[in-house]
Amino acid sequence: MADTSKPATRKAAIVGGNRIPFARSNTAYAQASNQDMLTATLDGLVARFGLQGAQLGEVVAGAVLKHSRDFNLTRESVLGSRLSATTPAYDVQQACGTGLEAAILVANKIALEQIESGIAGGVDTTSDAPLAVGDDLRRVLISLSNAKTLQDRLKAVAKIRPGQLVPEIPRNAEPRTGLAMGDHAAITAEEWEIGREEQDELAVRSHQNMAAAYERGYFDDLVTPFLGLARDNNLRPDSSLEKLAKLKPVFGTGEGATMTAGNSTPLTDGASAVLLASDEWAAERGLPVLAHLVDAQTAAVDYVHGGEGLLMAPVYAMPVMLARNGLSLQDFDFYEIHEAFASTVLATMKAWEDAAFCKDKLGLDAPLGSIDRSKLNVHGSSLAAGHPFAATGGRIVAQLAKTLHEAGPGKRGLISICAAGGQGVVAILES
Amino acid sequence: MSDWYRDFANSGFGTTITKQLGLPRPAVLRRYEPGQPLLPGPAVIGSAGEGRLRKALTELLQAEGVHVQSPVTADGATDGEKPAAVILDATGLRTPADLASAHDFLAPAIKRLRATGRVLILADPPSQADSPAQAAARQALDGLVRSVAKELRAGSTANLIHVPEGAEGSLASPVRFFLSGRSAYVDGQVMSVTAAELPAEEDADKPLAGKVAVVTGAARGIGAAIATVMARDGAHVVAVDIPAAGDKLAEVANEIGGTALQLDITAEDAPQRLIEHLRERHGGVDVVVHNAGITRDKLLVNMDAARWNSVMAVNLQAQLDITQALLDADGVLRPGARVVCVSSQSGIAGNRGQTNYAASKAGVIGMVRAWAPQFAERGATINAVAPGFIVTDMTAKMPFGTREVGSRLNSLQQGGLPVDVAETIAWLSQPGSGGVNGQTVRVCGQSLLGA
Ligand SMILES: NC(=O)c1ccc[n+]([C@@H]2O[C@H](COP(=O)([O-])OP(=O)(O)OC[C@H]3O[C@@H](n4cnc5c(N)ncnc54)[C@H](O)[C@@H]3O)[C@@H](O)[C@H]2O)c1
Repeated sequence: MADTSKPATRKAAIVGGNRIPFARSNTAYAQASNQDMLTATLDGLVARFGLQGAQLGEVVAGAVLKHSRDFNLTRESVLGSRLSATTPAYDVQQACGTGLEAAILVANKIALEQIESGIAGGVDTTSDAPLAVGDDLRRVLISLSNAKTLQDRLKAVAKIRPGQLVPEIPRNAEPRTGLAMGDHAAITAEEWEIGREEQDELAVRSHQNMAAAYERGYFDDLVTPFLGLARDNNLRPDSSLEKLAKLKPVFGTGEGATMTAGNSTPLTDGASAVLLASDEWAAERGLPVLAHLVDAQTAAVDYVHGGEGLLMAPVYAMPVMLARNGLSLQDFDFYEIHEAFASTVLATMKAWEDAAFCKDKLGLDAPLGSIDRSKLNVHGSSLAAGHPFAATGGRIVAQLAKTLHEAGPGKRGLISICAAGGQGVVAILES
Repeated sequence: MSDWYRDFANSGFGTTITKQLGLPRPAVLRRYEPGQPLLPGPAVIGSAGEGRLRKALTELLQAEGVHVQSPVTADGATDGEKPAAVILDATGLRTPADLASAHDFLAPAIKRLRATGRVLILADPPSQADSPAQAAARQALDGLVRSVAKELRAGSTANLIHVPEGAEGSLASPVRFFLSGRSAYVDGQVMSVTAAELPAEEDADKPLAGKVAVVTGAARGIGAAIATVMARDGAHVVAVDIPAAGDKLAEVANEIGGTALQLDITAEDAPQRLIEHLRERHGGVDVVVHNAGITRDKLLVNMDAARWNSVMAVNLQAQLDITQALLDADGVLRPGARVVCVSSQSGIAGNRGQTNYAASKAGVIGMVRAWAPQFAERGATINAVAPGFIVTDMTAKMPFGTREVGSRLNSLQQGGLPVDVAETIAWLSQPGSGGVNGQTVRVCGQSLLGA
């Protein structure tokens, strides 16, 4: 774009996407594994684009919560799918940034002409999550399996204490702070003085936008049913401010607690996949080009000692990417800001509007400014669909690409996704 | 889908029992498989009067590698093997008296017909007769062929094709169809051909090679079978079904190397979305099969508006709207396009509790007849297929008694399979079937209902 010193590379095309409906934890997909969900999602994509037996450049996907048996999750899913078994695959993991990061990886290889096509995806289950045993019990079990005689075995077993038998259920908590992600978000919400009502409003709009999109068949070529579910079962078309106002806060403490189950995403199961390619590859197969992935940026913040909010990294990534592309925050037709929590979206936007923050923290002469809210998450986001960590990026990329395509050529869209560990990924799509 | 009774009746023990009890003995039908010869034995061709088709028929069959026997005489002298097909060229009929020669030819020949044999009669349409006597003679064949069909056993069928003067060139594709295993469950039917411009030759094993075919309601049942047969015959299938059936639809598409398009055909923008999809992905479409259909049964006096309207919307209005939009969309419906609409036996015979369904399915028959001339102008065709009792997941859920009775009320004494409907539709979709237009072909084993 504005930067002419960069050597010109081709931009990867987004051909389309597929996901299974997202399901709240321990509901429709309680018995499904990551591999089941990712394989079904790939097969839905294969059917949509006629990729049976096709050898793609690569499939890149990942999961945040993984069993040890999932060590080669993506490759195993490819082998179980209708794609050619000669399609290579690898796993990535960047918490909630996984899906978008996977798309960037595939897009970059396409841009560098190393591959012509690829699938980026992600999957997560909080129902079939791995249960870990504590370190004490693990030591006992290892000595048990090493024991050669019955006596040694009995000795080993005798060391087991009842307290050790309670498995460590994975929690949505930051290892370095011990705080749940929601508690981190609540700190940020308080810092940025994000009110309860504006959070609830954002949540209601997310549900309404997504319900309307389903009604008009918008998701017909983005979603394939799975295990009896045809729509996201977290979606509440009848969600209202009055209903959300009744909910008690679940994160934060005291008077200032504003974050409820209604304006925070629930634990969710699901998977998504996006088909990327060179324009030529798509044209040869008569496949559409919905949009191109123009650029992307990842950033990280020091939320442990640096005093920054856990989920604020996208705020830092954005100006870097905008500057590189000679664009302002207002140069976009659609915005997709991942709704981990309504307060996160609101704090992110408030930070970009804040002159002092933009100057002190982002080193900018002027604030990035505000976003036209009518262009934000126009077909609903994670508060409505739910948020299976690694699957959210693929959902957003495919959804935004389709939105841009529908709006016509030359439209621009912006993606912002926050992730655990104080990371954030942002990207620009253009139709 | 298994037919336990047919399998039983054909087992050693079952044969004895059913014979002694005088029970029906449904045969295992001869169904098409790629690479199969047209007939499992020779054909015998005869004529009533001076037939004008006999020579061409003989050449057609010989080109297919079929040994053509000379007619069997009344005393039963033959030249060898039992025939797998008995074909009567009745285009020479002038008066009812000439029918005696039809009898003279058919009786000894049919006596020697093999199991799963074919009787095929070709005649001029009664409507174009020179005299009432000639019309009577031609119409008489209707009663003759329908009765023969009822007398035949062991999975054999009898059908009649009307061939008006000038339409002889359109005959090859229907003749092949009725002789082959593709027509296994089409029995006792009368249909017509018209003159049409046809492509020179097509690949016998892949008659739909290079074609793009849309099949609605393709996620399961008859639609899934249509998609499978179309793909087998070489077409790229765009499999359409409602979004809620998308997982099954994807399975079908992946199984046959087609593509899945999740679309409710009753949505207001459905025609437009389908057309855009076809334009973008394939540049157009060659075959459209309107198969999606629903039932919402209730006696008329108890039927609410929702039941009435939903059945009409899916079974009839969507077919009309999508077809009209395809006709209007510049260049999407390719030259020589084929549209096949699924009707139903209920639309012909009526059915208690199905006023809405039968009305919609009868409407389909009127629709294809009315549209046929306009399609012919583009070198295209539009036809309907009316299935009888077809064994699907839906019928498997019927009470045992209803199902058993329903499936035996026809000359072949068994329900048809989805593949039987699919083969008929795939045949109508062939480039060579351009002379079949505006017809409704029943796939019902000569059902007693609405016959
Ligand atoms: N099974 C029989 O014996 C029989 C007999 C006569 C006629 N038919 C006709 O054959 C056709 C197929 O019947 P079947 O037995 O396979 O039925 P089926 O119910 O098994 O399949 C019908 C398919 O159509 C789809 N469909 C329904 N509404 C739709 C819509 N609005 N948009 C897109 N897809 C839609 C359904 O989802 C389903 O997959 C129907 O038209 C039916 O009326 C069937």
